[in-house]
Amino acid sequence: MADSSTETLFETPLASLHRELGGRMVPFAGYLMPVQYPAGIMAEHLHCRAAASLFDVSHMGQAELIGEGAAAALERVTPADVQSLKPGRQKYGLLTTDDGGILDDFMVANLGERLFLVVNASRKHVDLPRIESALPAGVTLRPLPDRALIALQGPGAVAAIATLAPGIAELPFMGVGSFNIAGVAALVSRSGYTGEDGVEVSVPAEQAEAFARAVLALPGVLPAGLGARDSLRLEAGLCLYGNDIDETTSAVEAALTWTIGKRRRTEWNFPGADRVRDELANGAKRLRVGIRPEGRQPARGHTPIHTPGGVAPQGAPVNSAIGEITSGGFGPSLNGPMAMGYVARDHAADGTALELMVRGKALPAVVAPMPFIPHRYAR
Amino acid sequence: MSETKFSRDHEWVRLDGGVATIGITDHAQNALGDVVFVDLPEVGREVAAGESIAVVESVKAASDVYAPIAGKIVEVNSALGENPGTINAAPTTDGWFFRIEASNPAEVAALMDEAEYAAFVDTLA
Repeated sequence: MADSSTETLFETPLASLHRELGGRMVPFAGYLMPVQYPAGIMAEHLHCRAAASLFDVSHMGQAELIGEGAAAALERVTPADVQSLKPGRQKYGLLTTDDGGILDDFMVANLGERLFLVVNASRKHVDLPRIESALPAGVTLRPLPDRALIALQGPGAVAAIATLAPGIAELPFMGVGSFNIAGVAALVSRSGYTGEDGVEVSVPAEQAEAFARAVLALPGVLPAGLGARDSLRLEAGLCLYGNDIDETTSAVEAALTWTIGKRRRTEWNFPGADRVRDELANGAKRLRVGIRPEGRQPARGHTPIHTPGGVAPQGAPVNSAIGEITSGGFGPSLNGPMAMGYVARDHAADGTALELMVRGKALPAVVAPMPFIPHRYAR
Repeated sequence: MSETKFSRDHEWVRLDGGVATIGITDHAQNALGDVVFVDLPEVGREVAAGESIAVVESVKAASDVYAPIAGKIVEVNSALGENPGTINAAPTTDGWFFRIEASNPAEVAALMDEAEYAAFVDTLA
């Protein structure tokens, strides 16, 4: 990220609550966000897997797409099948570049009379003009900067929030609905970024703090910061835009082909379809894979990946790297190091031995299936 | 054992008979967060003051640990391999990192005392 000391950082509507809770505020995607609270990343991560954790994700971009033909219009900038999305349902998709790279990943929900979008904080300034540029007359994109987004994640999350709005318990995974929660008109989706059951709740900014306090008062709910959010999503094998996917990676390379609708793979009318079509037919040169380093030492983003014997004992590479780690760290629930990254296709099969070049030493590792911790979504 | 001294890299140093025991301060472990791995130097290695000789990994990030004084590594705390969390739980006692036979014990005397280090940490807030 660019030097943040010279730029003005935005705050979310929960900034004063974060400080009151002892949050350690750091710059992230142009926002001042809590990386952790006094409990620490490890405890916050484990609490989310055991009970329920509240995350402020209000930095993310929210928008509505309104008008006849909104779904077809959105398909001009994404390979997702938006037109088949039923009312009350949400799906994950990619915005693609004309060259077949990934402009962003996003969520789209069908609210009946309109579509509701959630995009990454760091990309909203790119995404929204891109979507806008694809719209025909009669379809309008309306950014929603006055809304906060709060995630409640964990095996106890839905039971906890359902004490305030019982209907939430009836939502299926990736279901969306409007609820009155503690007097706040909220848009709730049963989804998240941790691999656990849970919800993401969009509320008016001016009511966000009252809403968050009401949720934090529920039994078993504790706040968690961006640090735990990152280790949780990596254990769940989920991509972070800017690390694991960007404008140079394709949906096929990123192992996100499943986000491309079947119909879209017959029409080939999305941005970058030529590259995707070629990679599906002939294989991508590289693929995103899960990686488990041996022992307990983590290998972080940008660590070069070699074949075994590719690094001499004194640390000099004897052959060129076959890839690079894009996200890596320590998994508190896994109780060990984990990473994801891109490797040449010939080295992408589960169980393939690798060597990671960490601070001049070869660290043995193996290609491993993701998620590292099984998803526990409501089904 | 002499008084505990402190470096600007947030290490504490205690000299005892020409051998300095070194670890990271409570301020440092708190800033790092939960430590999950530590990479310690080899015993017998000659190190220069200011040289990066160990790495401490938290859930979030890797950080270098520097030799606050010149000398030879005579012992490392291998118990940290099994229990890196000791660095968080007891940073200034059981969580020590390594022992350096000081080339020049006067280097230790030149480090900050506890009050000076506390004032230094305050300037970082």
